[in-house]
Amino acid sequence: MNSTTLLVTLIGLAILAYLYGRKRSLAVAVASGGVRHLHSLPRYYGYMTALWCGLPAMIVLLLWSMLEPAVLNQQLIASLPVDVQNLPESQLGLYLNDLKLIAGSAEQAQQADQVKIDATVYLQHMQELSAWFKTALVLVLALAGIIWGASRISQHFQARNSVEMVTRIILMLSSGIAVMATIGIVLSVLFEALRFFEAVPVWDFLFGLEWSPQTAMRSDQVGSSGAFGAVPLFLGTMMIAAIAMLIAVPLGLMTAIYLSQFATPQFRNFAKPVLEILAGIPTVVYGFFAALTVAPLIRTMGESLGLAVASESALAAGIVIGVMIIPFISSLSDDVINAVPEAMREGSYALGATRAETVRKVIIPAALPGIVGGVLLAVSRAIGETMIVVMAAGLAAKMTANPLDAVTTVTVQIVTLLTGDQEFDSPKTLAAFALGLMLFVTTLILNVIALYVVRKYREQYE
Amino acid sequence: MSNKMSHHRSNIEQVRHSLKKRHRQEKRFILLGKLSVLTGFLFLAFLLTDIGIKAWPAFQQHWIQLDVTFDAQILDVEAPADEAALKKGNYRGVLKKSLYAMFPDVSARRDKKALFKLISSGAEYQVRDILLADPRKLGTTQQIWVLADDDVERFLKEPALRESQQSDRRIKDNQVAWLDQLSGQGRIESQWNWAFLTSGDSREPEQAGIAGALRGTMLTILVTLAMSFPLGLAAAVYLEEFAPQNRWTDLIEINVNNLAAVPSIVFGLLGLAVFISFFGVPRSAPLVGGMVLTLMTLPTIIIASRASLKSVPPSIRDAALALGASKVQTVFQHVVPLAMPGILTGTIIGMAQALGETAPLLMIGMVAFIVDIPQGITDSATVLPVQIYLWADSPERAFMAKTSAAIIVLLLFLVTMNLLAVVLRKRFERKW
Amino acid sequence: MTQVIEAPDIHQAIKQTVGSPFTHKPKISTRNVDVFYDDKQAIFDVSLDIGSHEVIALIGPSGCGKSTYLRCFNRMNDTIQSCRVTGEFRLEEEDIYARGMDPVLLRARIGMVFQKPNPFPKSIYDNVAYGPKLHGLASNRAELDEIVVSSLQKAGLYEEVKDRLNASGTGLSGGQQQRLCIARTIAVSPEVILMDEPASALDPIATATIEELIDELRQNYTIVIVTHSMQQAARVSQRTAYFHLGKLVEVGDTNQIFTNPQHQLTENYITGRFG
Repeated sequence: MNSTTLLVTLIGLAILAYLYGRKRSLAVAVASGGVRHLHSLPRYYGYMTALWCGLPAMIVLLLWSMLEPAVLNQQLIASLPVDVQNLPESQLGLYLNDLKLIAGSAEQAQQADQVKIDATVYLQHMQELSAWFKTALVLVLALAGIIWGASRISQHFQARNSVEMVTRIILMLSSGIAVMATIGIVLSVLFEALRFFEAVPVWDFLFGLEWSPQTAMRSDQVGSSGAFGAVPLFLGTMMIAAIAMLIAVPLGLMTAIYLSQFATPQFRNFAKPVLEILAGIPTVVYGFFAALTVAPLIRTMGESLGLAVASESALAAGIVIGVMIIPFISSLSDDVINAVPEAMREGSYALGATRAETVRKVIIPAALPGIVGGVLLAVSRAIGETMIVVMAAGLAAKMTANPLDAVTTVTVQIVTLLTGDQEFDSPKTLAAFALGLMLFVTTLILNVIALYVVRKYREQYE
Repeated sequence: MSNKMSHHRSNIEQVRHSLKKRHRQEKRFILLGKLSVLTGFLFLAFLLTDIGIKAWPAFQQHWIQLDVTFDAQILDVEAPADEAALKKGNYRGVLKKSLYAMFPDVSARRDKKALFKLISSGAEYQVRDILLADPRKLGTTQQIWVLADDDVERFLKEPALRESQQSDRRIKDNQVAWLDQLSGQGRIESQWNWAFLTSGDSREPEQAGIAGALRGTMLTILVTLAMSFPLGLAAAVYLEEFAPQNRWTDLIEINVNNLAAVPSIVFGLLGLAVFISFFGVPRSAPLVGGMVLTLMTLPTIIIASRASLKSVPPSIRDAALALGASKVQTVFQHVVPLAMPGILTGTIIGMAQALGETAPLLMIGMVAFIVDIPQGITDSATVLPVQIYLWADSPERAFMAKTSAAIIVLLLFLVTMNLLAVVLRKRFERKW
Repeated sequence: MTQVIEAPDIHQAIKQTVGSPFTHKPKISTRNVDVFYDDKQAIFDVSLDIGSHEVIALIGPSGCGKSTYLRCFNRMNDTIQSCRVTGEFRLEEEDIYARGMDPVLLRARIGMVFQKPNPFPKSIYDNVAYGPKLHGLASNRAELDEIVVSSLQKAGLYEEVKDRLNASGTGLSGGQQQRLCIARTIAVSPEVILMDEPASALDPIATATIEELIDELRQNYTIVIVTHSMQQAARVSQRTAYFHLGKLVEVGDTNQIFTNPQHQLTENYITGRFG
């Protein structure tokens, strides 16, 4: 049985276990003088039996499915002739891939040599064996669970408490998933980045002025040529983020101020959801719009002014990212502005300040920490934005301060390095993880500072 | 006393003096605010109209009617032919023959080639399928509508092209004459393009559709929903109802808030390094896509669910506990059901985010060109946003309309989901 | 308690204001004032004069509309969308609700101190300088300094804060904050100061300081004070007006109101039957 069928079978067994456990407990109840003489309601005995049936078997199934590929690969490599085993890692990977292809189709098998066919046969044999053991183990565990669970049903057995204990543990484990995800991100980018830094010194990466990984694609020259200086990428990212913030901060802030302080409630109720649409549009749509509409528009306008504009100018990508971030900034600013106590506004009005003066001289200064926090979060978004720059910014790493020129960004390079058919271990792909590490660390710092500032700000007025 | 009075007077004069300027400033400030809001509106309107206009042609398709003779000789099949033989027939030859028959004057090799270019390269499969469906048509002549080529398509949709210089367009003057002749005979027809929704991807723009991407999206979102909803709900219930106030809980909280702000592409790197390379989950499949999107949407669901759980008043909990319900029973029989509308709203919003996400899926290989419609969660697949990205990158101009049309379909889905969330909130919102 | 009294006969009982609401040459005069929040009426046909350089106390049970009425004087209710004011308000001869009356100018002439001290999150100096800067009352830094110092002195706060004028205003104690708010109001040199329960959030010692201050301020300003405390009204005011359910029941000399109230409702309130 494959894992999916096994899973379905297991669920079916668990339902049976529930019914059986409930029935058993009802029988016990009749013997001891009615359901109210049982410690728990009959369904809890059912739940308990079902848990005994399903949980251990499920854990085994999950572990098995996770570990099987790795174990089988090892076994397979061990069975191969020595000269194949000694191949470099990347070629060995290709070899194993071949074997899997042969196993998958008869056409491929006709062209393969005997060693490969033998290995394939061995692989298939191992896979069958593994599947058989897995099925047997899981089913035995499930049945044993039913028997064990049912045998524990008695008048005084605290079924509800046991079930609730398991529930609490499951809840707790689920809440740990966020931590697991963070650890997963850190480990995955860190390990690959460290491997990259073995080939390319950290110093060269962080402070190198030239980025041209495409020239490093000679398989026997791992990491020895090609330039991995990331400074042009950092500068490009910063330029596009700066353009975006120049658009988003004033517009977003003024939008929030106007809607929260000046607009009629009717207009506010209409305008807010309409602007929220901007935040809900997928970034790939913005990317398409930036590349096919905004960029040509800017180019035409620039040319009519006699300016040379690149067809993938930083300006186009920056503007579109900026507009995308407007609702983000305006809703965060709206929150912090509304957190400024009404008494501040009244105090200012009572001294004869106009509404605009109150906003500029009392509300904005009072809300400033919160607004700064929101802007930091927005910067982190602009830096991490991918699709718009992938579609509308350039690929060539150029160091320029001209926003009409094409620049490239960290995220663009990550996508470029990792899409297409690359071997997993080449320095090119590893470079993507090093860039990912930089991106993660930068945004993490920004986010942590921003979240801290906003939290402190809120506490001040609570 | 009178000194005091005059002091007041002079103050009033001074204030009055500055008033005009201050009110002008106020007006300017408000104007700036209005302009900001207007900018947002205009940009949104511009974006939607632009995409709408670009998408319109993709919903129309031109067909050309040909008199096709299923000549066994040209097809190179024996008269009572079996299916396998029919499949291998030379349908291109049949089509060529029928076109040349319609325009007997065309004799030069180059012109013949240009003539054949009027119809889609997929037409031969279309014709083949007709014969396969009914082999008795072998030897007969049928009137068949075949798809026009994408260049013809564009020429027919943009009247301005006809006026332009020959060198500026892909349809040359001789082709224009043929097309005019065909349409004079009523052999050109425009139809609503249903195939866009029912066929898979293709290198030929006139045949490309989003069915594969839609199925991929559906499978991916199902995986995401199946994993993120229970996990998110469980995590939120634990953090809000059971977790003790300690460092571990603080750590989880910080992590959840921070994950919500991590760039999506980083989740793609995680998926590639951990799920694909380490655990060996199949690449390009909805399963791994759903796993990555689950991690991305979890913070949204957890934060929304916690807010919803928090809004259930403590008196409900007290009431249940006072009746002798256990803590777990109280939470699952009273608190969670009452908080459910908010939790579902958060989940739908999370799913809408996942639906529009592109970048992390590029990292895990859901970017491959896939013609077949995926059948299961471990088949190679692509999703709608990635399809949009792929088409946007294609050089053929006709793909621009296809891209815009796909965007409109995607936006319709998002609008529907958000409306659902709004309705849910409005309908079940409870004020305590 | 107020619920019990809200019967038709009570409204009958307050048909007309007892005592004389009018004075000779009033600073502010109000006639037939009604205030509505949407359809709900909060103030019913109130007419009252505020004399020049007097302290007048508005008292009454909570929810009687005295704060609402007070906020009409400097049009603070403008900021509330649903609020509608009819009737006549005059500051000397000028109509407060006239089309041409600019609320900004009005509020420069009629200052206000709130129930809860609300200093801006700025330095003490900037809090006091805020109004003069807005209105352009000082032409240079020295003049501004002088206004700040004299305002703080008049508010009796200067000695306590003279060494830390750049410290944040929110760092002061509650009583100091309220005096800072008074200094802030004085700095604009208003003619009238409205006080909405200015001491209700303060401890007794701080309250006593504020009350002394009000007594001193009477020399230069006209003061309308809403208070919940009858003792405070008796201590600081010359005249007292008693409000009940949005109506002005009785007005007269403070002494007379507290020793010999004319209306049954006033007497009930003074003697503590309800509050």
